[in-house]
Amino acid sequence: MSAKAKKINGRAETILSIEDISLSFGGVQAIRNVSFNIKKREILAIIGPNGAGKTSMLNVINGFYHPQKGTITYKGEKCHDMRPHLAATQGIARTFQNVALFKGMSTLDNIMSGRALKMKQNVFWQMIYYGPAQKEELEHREFVERIIDFLEIQHIRRIPVGKLAYGLQKRVELGRALAAEPDLLLLDEPMAGMNSEEKEDMSRFVLDVNEELGTTIALIEHDMGVVMDLSDRIIVLNYGQKIADGTPDQVRNNAEVIDAYLGVKYD
Amino acid sequence: MTDGAACADTFPKLLLRNAEYLADRPAMREKEFGIWQTWTWSEVLDEVRAFALGLKKMGLKRGDSIAIIGDNRPRLYWTFLAAQSLGAVPVPVYQDAVADEMVYVLKHAKVSFVMAENQEQVDKILTVSDKVKAIKEIIFDDERGLKNYGHGHIRSFVAVREVGRAELKKNAKAGERWLAEIGKGKGSDTSVILYTSGTTGESKGVQLTNSRCIEAASDTVKFDKIDENEVALAYLPLAWVGDYYLNFAQGMVAGFCLACPESPETVQEDLREIGPTFYFAPPRVFETLLTQIQIRMEDAGRFKRWLYQTFIDVAQRHGEDILNGKPVPLAGRLQYALGEFLIYGPLKNRLGFSRIRFAYTAGEAIGPDLFQFYRSLGVNLKQLYGQTEAFLYVTAQPDGEIHADTVGPAVPGVEIRIADDGEVQFKSPGMFIGYFRDKKQTAETMTKDGFVKTGDAGVFDHDTGHLKIIDRAKDVGKINDGTLFAPKYIENKLKFFPYIREAVAYGDGRDFCAVMLNIDLVAVGNWAERNNIIYASYQELAAHTGVYKIIEQSVDEVNRSLADELELAGSQIHRFLILHKELDADDGELTRTQKVRRGFIADRYGPLVKALYDGSNHFKISTEVTYEDGRKGEIKGEVKIVDMTPHPAQHRKEAAE
Repeated sequence: MSAKAKKINGRAETILSIEDISLSFGGVQAIRNVSFNIKKREILAIIGPNGAGKTSMLNVINGFYHPQKGTITYKGEKCHDMRPHLAATQGIARTFQNVALFKGMSTLDNIMSGRALKMKQNVFWQMIYYGPAQKEELEHREFVERIIDFLEIQHIRRIPVGKLAYGLQKRVELGRALAAEPDLLLLDEPMAGMNSEEKEDMSRFVLDVNEELGTTIALIEHDMGVVMDLSDRIIVLNYGQKIADGTPDQVRNNAEVIDAYLGVKYD
Repeated sequence: MTDGAACADTFPKLLLRNAEYLADRPAMREKEFGIWQTWTWSEVLDEVRAFALGLKKMGLKRGDSIAIIGDNRPRLYWTFLAAQSLGAVPVPVYQDAVADEMVYVLKHAKVSFVMAENQEQVDKILTVSDKVKAIKEIIFDDERGLKNYGHGHIRSFVAVREVGRAELKKNAKAGERWLAEIGKGKGSDTSVILYTSGTTGESKGVQLTNSRCIEAASDTVKFDKIDENEVALAYLPLAWVGDYYLNFAQGMVAGFCLACPESPETVQEDLREIGPTFYFAPPRVFETLLTQIQIRMEDAGRFKRWLYQTFIDVAQRHGEDILNGKPVPLAGRLQYALGEFLIYGPLKNRLGFSRIRFAYTAGEAIGPDLFQFYRSLGVNLKQLYGQTEAFLYVTAQPDGEIHADTVGPAVPGVEIRIADDGEVQFKSPGMFIGYFRDKKQTAETMTKDGFVKTGDAGVFDHDTGHLKIIDRAKDVGKINDGTLFAPKYIENKLKFFPYIREAVAYGDGRDFCAVMLNIDLVAVGNWAERNNIIYASYQELAAHTGVYKIIEQSVDEVNRSLADELELAGSQIHRFLILHKELDADDGELTRTQKVRRGFIADRYGPLVKALYDGSNHFKISTEVTYEDGRKGEIKGEVKIVDMTPHPAQHRKEAAE
């Protein structure tokens, strides 16, 4: 991992850069003058105490929130703020802190819904179904089956998502995000509420997505063991400000981070 | 497709035969990306040939051993054939073993090549690679997550196969040389080394030879009339003799199609899609399926529940007789046919049992009710008894001669006898040639005249002549009058009654058999409620006179059934008591897998055991108990001991001799 981290920090190009972003809701300052960048093919973790502005940061990146100040540069294009549909079409996908799936739909259909943006045939052809729409459907289905295989969720293919255990729902949500073939994947607390075995599985999937598919990943997570093991780089937020940015080793020894978040030195 | 098996004395030769005669018939299926993929016998031959040539190029030689670790995947089965074609010995390893457990087998079998299913298995091997220096090459099937591993000695199946294909293209003679290599294989060569699970000490490597495997498989293929039209679902562990026998060996001999499930979690669904024609599962699986059915029926509407209950009753009355070909009144047949249409058919379809011609269960005692439930639905469920050392089959129940409490007569070609100490010994066509690198154990297991000791105690049923397994031989003892005493057999009989949860039987070296019981709090509690009996605790309920009465009836039933059995009539229960506390793993009375620790209980309740034999009818006892949080407490109580009147033995000993 360290060899890879060096390579990334050294030469890799930046996929997204955040410059001097500030976001406030009325009098509440959620993010203050934060700048950082995400490099291609890295796993970046954003950590910090509750209310530090981590989820707000992800929401800024994929356009849910519009910052009052600052610029976002994504794949070389500079703009003041993102729009969710633009983010989605340009290859940013995400999962949510509280699973946001269609509970009544099967695993298969939920992941298929992640392909919606890739479907080219219009309503007319889709209504007729036979012909070009069917061909397209088959192609997408094959792609989705590969994701199902990748995430090892064959056994729940036809089960409505609402009936599944929480850990599996999280996995399905990751599947739906992957269906969009993202370049940048944002994961909001992918391990929350999981037991240690489920966490281990999820960590393996996150690493595999990063290694096999080459997807850049930014994640928020509270489990320090997971964060230290998975990430190439860590950014620490506290009261909306960035207090550290570096490799797991640098962060775990940073006095300010220990003070604000870790409490004790984390080995 | 049994003819011709005789002249092919190795599995690779059978592959050549199948590829010739059954070229376009399906040999393997696997569900991938949601769709069943099929390989015909000739395609399998192509894959095996290319892979084998690749292995040869990498340096796999005659006499080497290759470990195979993973779930049931076509490429893992092909590895067996590819290795055997080169004269190497496949050694399947339990895929869920942790890395350190694998070390013993990998070292003992002198493994130099490893075929691993996926990253998980490759990682396990790599973590112990410094302990197992002999491993030269690792090959993996599923490439996921292994992209960055691909260096010199870790390669994918595809890469190895491509090496073989290139060799075939480059060198016209490579294919012929491979055939010549197969030709060199002999029936007396070791076909596979299967390591026993090792419940009793270190696991032992059971060596089976080609011709013995093929002969045994040919026998059972004939016994159950198996042909190339069968379909089986391969979900049993590769390292277990059952999979190598039932699926691999029988599949090669009969030429039928083996279907590999999509993943271990999808077996139930794949079963329904494939609709196998024969099926094997341990009793536990059948039990779980029945519980699932019952739970779902409880949730169903009133009409459906009524329909289900009505026709299950019909099945209980006539189902087994119809399956056994016995006379059944016309009205019964009509009712059963209606039930088949409305309930049994759809239910079997749901379970994936629609096309099953026969199914086997083995491994532990199956409850008679459970066994009869499936048979009454028309599923031809049978029991077999076997061992790795026998290459599985020792006995099996032939169609029409099914009894819940026996495991059937010896299969054709197998000789069984019961030694003086009650141990079952056998001689079979498929039996092993010895434990790998363990002459001492081999000598201990074989008798001088070539029989194998099973370590199980058994008797022949008086009426049918079928074998009945009663216990592990080392637990079996003798009552002072010389009668055989099999504690587990008696305990199992008692536990089939719903009111009895646990039973501990004593009798070895004593004058008679006596038992200590635990009542089932749910079942007896339910009974108490119906009979307006008020109780505050297990202890109070267990000491209730009414409870003693109903338990006495169950014990009497057990005695009655023991009286019917020639060898065991003398081990009827003379006295019993109901323990004042539930046996608990926290107190060390049960193992964590809920088996009674007979010796420990005898020590802990020494005074009670003494009281069972000194004729007293009451005993005051106090016992220390451990609560879940580790605190200790004390339970005091008075335990009643009940005398039973044994039934007269049905078969007099002299008459039988």
